[in-house]
Amino acid sequence: MSVQPSIGKSLNRLEGHLKVTGAARYAGEYPGENLVYGYIANSTITKGKIKSINTKTALSLKGVIEVFTHKNRPSLAWFDFQYADMDAPPGAAFKPLADAEIKYNGQPIALVVAETFELARYAATLINVEYEEDTFETNLIDNLDKARSPKLGLATFLKPPPTKPVGNYQKAYEESYAKASGEFYHGTEHHNPLELFATTTIYEKDGKLTIYDKTQGTVNCQIYVANVFGLKYKNVQVISPYVGGAFGSGLRPQFQLFFSVMAALELKRPVRVTLDRHQMFTFGHRPPTLQRTHFGADTTGKIQALHHAAYAETSRFEDYTEVVVNWSNVLYPSKNTLMEYKIVPLDVFSPLDMRAPGGSTGSHAIESTMDELSYALNIDPLELRLINYSEIDESTGRPFSSKELRQCYLQGAEKFGWSKRSPQTRSMKRGNKLVGYGMATGIWETMQLPARAEAQLTKDGKLHVLSAITDIGTGTLTVMTQIAADELGLSMEDVSFSYGDSKMPFAPIQGGSFTVSTVGSAIKAAGSALRHKIYKKAQAIKGSAWKNLKIEDVVFNGGCVSLKKNLSDTISFREIIAANKGRMIKTTNLSLPKSFKLKKYTRAAHSAAFVEVEVDEELGVINVTRALTTVAAGRIINPKTARSQILGGMIWGISKALREETITDHEMGKYMNQNLAEYHIPVHADLHELEVVFVEEKDDIVNELGTKGVGEIGLVAIPPAIANAVFHATGKRINQFPIHFDSLL
Amino acid sequence: MNNFDYQRAGSFDEAIRQITAKNDTKVVAGGTNILDLLKYFLTSADRLIDINHTGNHHDIRETESGGLHLGALATNAETAYHPLVESRYPLLAQSILAGASAQIRNMATNGGNLLQRTRCYYFYDASSPCNKREPGSGCSAIPGYNRIMAILGTSEHCIAVYPSDMSVGLAALGAVVNVRGPQGDRSIPFSEFHRLPGETPHLDNNLQHGELITGIDLPQKGFAENYSYLKLRDRNSYAFALISVATGLELDGDIIKDARIALGGVAHKPWRIPEAEQFLTGKPAVRESFAACADIVLQGAVPYKYNSFKIEMAKRAIIRNGMMALDPSSQLPGAQPSV
Repeated sequence: MSVQPSIGKSLNRLEGHLKVTGAARYAGEYPGENLVYGYIANSTITKGKIKSINTKTALSLKGVIEVFTHKNRPSLAWFDFQYADMDAPPGAAFKPLADAEIKYNGQPIALVVAETFELARYAATLINVEYEEDTFETNLIDNLDKARSPKLGLATFLKPPPTKPVGNYQKAYEESYAKASGEFYHGTEHHNPLELFATTTIYEKDGKLTIYDKTQGTVNCQIYVANVFGLKYKNVQVISPYVGGAFGSGLRPQFQLFFSVMAALELKRPVRVTLDRHQMFTFGHRPPTLQRTHFGADTTGKIQALHHAAYAETSRFEDYTEVVVNWSNVLYPSKNTLMEYKIVPLDVFSPLDMRAPGGSTGSHAIESTMDELSYALNIDPLELRLINYSEIDESTGRPFSSKELRQCYLQGAEKFGWSKRSPQTRSMKRGNKLVGYGMATGIWETMQLPARAEAQLTKDGKLHVLSAITDIGTGTLTVMTQIAADELGLSMEDVSFSYGDSKMPFAPIQGGSFTVSTVGSAIKAAGSALRHKIYKKAQAIKGSAWKNLKIEDVVFNGGCVSLKKNLSDTISFREIIAANKGRMIKTTNLSLPKSFKLKKYTRAAHSAAFVEVEVDEELGVINVTRALTTVAAGRIINPKTARSQILGGMIWGISKALREETITDHEMGKYMNQNLAEYHIPVHADLHELEVVFVEEKDDIVNELGTKGVGEIGLVAIPPAIANAVFHATGKRINQFPIHFDSLL
Repeated sequence: MNNFDYQRAGSFDEAIRQITAKNDTKVVAGGTNILDLLKYFLTSADRLIDINHTGNHHDIRETESGGLHLGALATNAETAYHPLVESRYPLLAQSILAGASAQIRNMATNGGNLLQRTRCYYFYDASSPCNKREPGSGCSAIPGYNRIMAILGTSEHCIAVYPSDMSVGLAALGAVVNVRGPQGDRSIPFSEFHRLPGETPHLDNNLQHGELITGIDLPQKGFAENYSYLKLRDRNSYAFALISVATGLELDGDIIKDARIALGGVAHKPWRIPEAEQFLTGKPAVRESFAACADIVLQGAVPYKYNSFKIEMAKRAIIRNGMMALDPSSQLPGAQPSV
């Protein structure tokens, strides 16, 4: 029986068993001979200088090996660019222990290295620091007058600035038949993956470093370490086999990596540095953002004016940006637009991409304003989106590579029972609860970056593929194995995938929903090249019988190359390897996005979210009783892992709308709820009916696999859909996230 | 955390001797709070006395006066699911199950639950001034982000909230805390066990140095017919109360014969106003009665910048929970609002 394709099958994660049984080893769990433990001490002021730092008492404890501060930090790379990683925004990346200056609250100011973690943690409290405090600003809203345009840099490539104004938005808005506007805000949010950031650096006998790191980019960290510590790339190996969630927080090398490497090099022994939960709040985060919108429409509901402005926090040292405001005109045509995006530098650490960065922020304002507009027009919110449905991206004039958003709307509405919604607010009830239906559109750009992959036909005739890419829990291992298997017509059991190691062929950071398109394409390219190599060998072995064949005349299936016309004329991979003197056959290939072709199109995944909420009228308590997301994301390699991704995104959406927030005390300039008891992410009791539907979408343009990525799209539409449902239920529009139940009193 | 000695006590008396013999000795039972406090250097101990192996005080049994005795070392889970608690004191079971998570309740003991520290953000941040953690250093919550803080019984030194749900149930039921110390045994009525912050916010309760909780006695009356625990919070489980209410009613037809109402999330201790309860005696069990009662309970409430919602929310919660107590069969898991 022939082997059936793996792509499209709902398969369990290959590493799932290892993870749930605890057999999977994470970065902070790797052993090392004479391993010692580092703990970071953090600044307790927000801005100023260290006047003096006394480590004597800490050092006097038995078992404390060394304390590193800016006073005794080894001489390292000097220039800003040497600290810049693949995801660094324009500016000067943070340099740990570089000098006495304090730039933000919680800044690392020392590393204690000791025989045990708890001893290092205790010794860190004995470091005596005298500060010279400066005044500081951490409140976005109080500093809007300092908003400015961000500097351009490499990051601009993936995060384009707003489109130029078109027409006369002001005039068109004023003359619009129906108008909707709003001011939207969310505060700081932290990624809070369950796995704490950790690095175990093994100092090898020859001075080489083997580094086990929690990261979303092994090569990114390898380059960073080599640049900062003046090492040769080949002497730095970064391994990240399992990642317990990251959501963007691992896109840049975090400072525990720096500290672990610095101490290992200085002490010439293995050093592990693990952050604790408090310290997970001392680096990147989703920036607080204020948005303003003005949408106007004519009597038919056609949008005439779009204004979307965003003011987002950044640090004093880097211009972090997101694509917040570019989306509305991609979705909804308008002859008059004004898109503005400004940043406000404050005394905080640089923000960092957090799941659906920018997109989830922008959709909050855009989709809530669309909802508001639907009431102003007395048109059903879904109908309004259909009236303004566009087959081309009006913001650039380009066609979409594919766009099945209409099907997302229609299939979603049907399955959800949208037609049962009565248009008036406060008109639906269940017992003493107000019931509300809300919907929203989601969009996320489809990207592809360059990557390499290696494919090997091993000595035992099986396929082994390699890439430096991580698997951040999304199912990368499983999905890449599926892609590789199909390329050679093998079953999953005959394919293995090695990954999460900077020694393997280049892969970029894992984020932006671009991993399958990027690394999957590289694996497909390497698999295809390997197929050609195998075919050549087969042809040589078969001699004159196959001499005049083309590769199209044979089929690869079940570990054999066979003639299409006569399947019994066949040769197995094992025979080919035997003829190759038992040596493996391998190839390494580069996959590049076809930029000239791609830039003629707007490429995006789309979704529609439909949500039902129940609101206790007297007490304000909100429950999301039902949520449905329909997704058009091209070809779905593994519906099971893809569904999990969308579900995770939807739950995050519930979190964003109703639960999570980093509470900042602006008098002190610090985050106050630095633990998982007080930083509220949803628990099971918050989750009710959740459903995912993938809409058929064929895309021959985005890449050879036709995939668009599903990491972000599940999150984008849910938060505004919830806010819209709350409005429908209560008649109250709360534009600040999270919506606290008491705001409905 | 710092190095400390760990000792297992063979009996409560031995533990008491050890606590009084040496400064900076602390007790560990379930360990669900003290370990966090030690790890983040919010408290210190040179010595930790483990009382889990004292053999006594794990029991839950009926008392001679017809009440129920809850051993200090019985876990929250054992207590909440005990048949006598479920049948005679369902209000207590509900309040326990509204707190923490299943895992924590499996470890946490009854005695320890009464002694848990506040969840005030500033108390939990070792570098913020906090009079509770470091007397005289000041209160950061008063000028700070005080959404979760107290509105009743506060002082200029502290506006922290006492976080236990179980204690709100125990306060409503009129429990008695049994303690043993160097001076022997004594009993403390629940309403006198916890303190208001006043000038001494570092003291959460009236235990004297060296005293240990041995158990909690519940009176005979359990309000098992008409009761309800309602908890309003920022997520449906594993979140501390912004407002919680324990209500027990004894009804004669539609008329309230006896009522108990205790509030959580509003003060440095479970908040019970006997006058408000007496007001309900003889009144019909209807919204209007509970509303008038709520006004009495919230008399003197003082909001801060971010928690003024708590006053109105507490009133509405008292009203709703009164109605929920009339029909316990309507109640939902997790102390969520119903009816």
